[in-house]
Amino acid sequence: MLDFSILTNNIDLFLEGFKMTIITSLIALLCSFMLGTLLAVMRIAPIKPLNWIGTVYVEFIRNIPVLVIVFFTFLAGNFGGMTAGTIGLTIYTAAFIAEAIRAGIMSVPKGQMEAARSTGLTYGQAMRMVILPQAIKIVIPPLGNQFINLVKNSSLLAVVAGGDLMYQGDLISAKTYVTFDTYVFVALFYLIITIPLSLGVGFLEKRMARSN
Amino acid sequence: MDFLAPFIEVYKPDNLKFLLEGFGVTLKVAAISIVLSFIIGGLIGTLRYARIPVVSPLLAVIIETIRNLPLLLIIFFTYFALPEIGIEMEITSAAIAALTVFESAMLAEIIRSGLNSIEKGQIEAGRASGLSYIQTLRYIVMPQALRRMVPPIVSQFISLLKDTSLAVVIALPDLLHNGQIIYAQKGSYVAPVFVIVALMYFIVNFALSQIARRLELK
Repeated sequence: MLDFSILTNNIDLFLEGFKMTIITSLIALLCSFMLGTLLAVMRIAPIKPLNWIGTVYVEFIRNIPVLVIVFFTFLAGNFGGMTAGTIGLTIYTAAFIAEAIRAGIMSVPKGQMEAARSTGLTYGQAMRMVILPQAIKIVIPPLGNQFINLVKNSSLLAVVAGGDLMYQGDLISAKTYVTFDTYVFVALFYLIITIPLSLGVGFLEKRMARSN
Repeated sequence: MDFLAPFIEVYKPDNLKFLLEGFGVTLKVAAISIVLSFIIGGLIGTLRYARIPVVSPLLAVIIETIRNLPLLLIIFFTYFALPEIGIEMEITSAAIAALTVFESAMLAEIIRSGLNSIEKGQIEAGRASGLSYIQTLRYIVMPQALRRMVPPIVSQFISLLKDTSLAVVIALPDLLHNGQIIYAQKGSYVAPVFVIVALMYFIVNFALSQIARRLELK
């Protein structure tokens, strides 16, 4: 049976880690959404050098491990574990979000851009006010999936002493010498975040599939 | 030229050979894990698809739980927690076991949705022509579904290659781990090591992703 005194005696540490996991995931989601949108627009914009920069970023980052990026931001920059980890997660996740947003933009019919341009909007205005708002709807389920991945990947902060849930779990197991039970409780805290998110994304995907 | 000096020092044949050895371990662990995950994930995905009472819902709960946990936690758990209940593995086996558990859950979902993408009429036609349910799955549904599953399976293999790097936390001597040993010698080695390590991962994964894309277009 699980030793619940591990949970009750260390509830402060568990909750502190739980909070950090949620905060860093949310910050990284927000930042990678902004960077990802910028990259997606760069890949589509009718300016060749921007296309290249966007493509190189996305293809390079998507194909290397997130841990390599997190270690690099931790060692190369003068940051603490939490900041370095959040920056690393942002750099990595932005590449995936860029692809999701690009797919969303591509799914908006070409005529929308032409119509917007012919009413006198500039390319940037048309993108911001006509195309992106329509693309966002299609992008929400994949964004949800990226957020789930972010929450799971935020556990890498533990490797650079980032103070997240996994890190606190390691501290607790080192203190109590009870690794098995501690990790089970850590797992449950992660599931509290990820299971509702998964169910929500699944629901949205089903609803979108039906409306098509 | 000061900037280039550490690059020249790091990229000497001995170090490159050491990194390639690490990459060999990465590829080996990833390859063994993907084969095991394909077998286990294939079995679980098919059982979930077949909607067997009790078994399929139970598998659904297990798969969803694993898919929603961080892989790092599963690796830590396999190597540090399982010995407490008498299951001890050395580093490579623990890495393969943890990756297989996680990737099996991922592949089970890919395989289930691949099977689901085959129209129900195919099964009815198969059954009507006198084949049993198992025969219909094996000769009619599986061959068509497998073709559709190849691109997502290649993508999953790319994820697995990247995920293998997480096993550095239990000191698996893979590419990232060997890179860490080199940059630990000198502070200025960090950038050169990360450039070459990232490039090695990139070359193999990019090639694989191009294959996946080619297959998707077919």
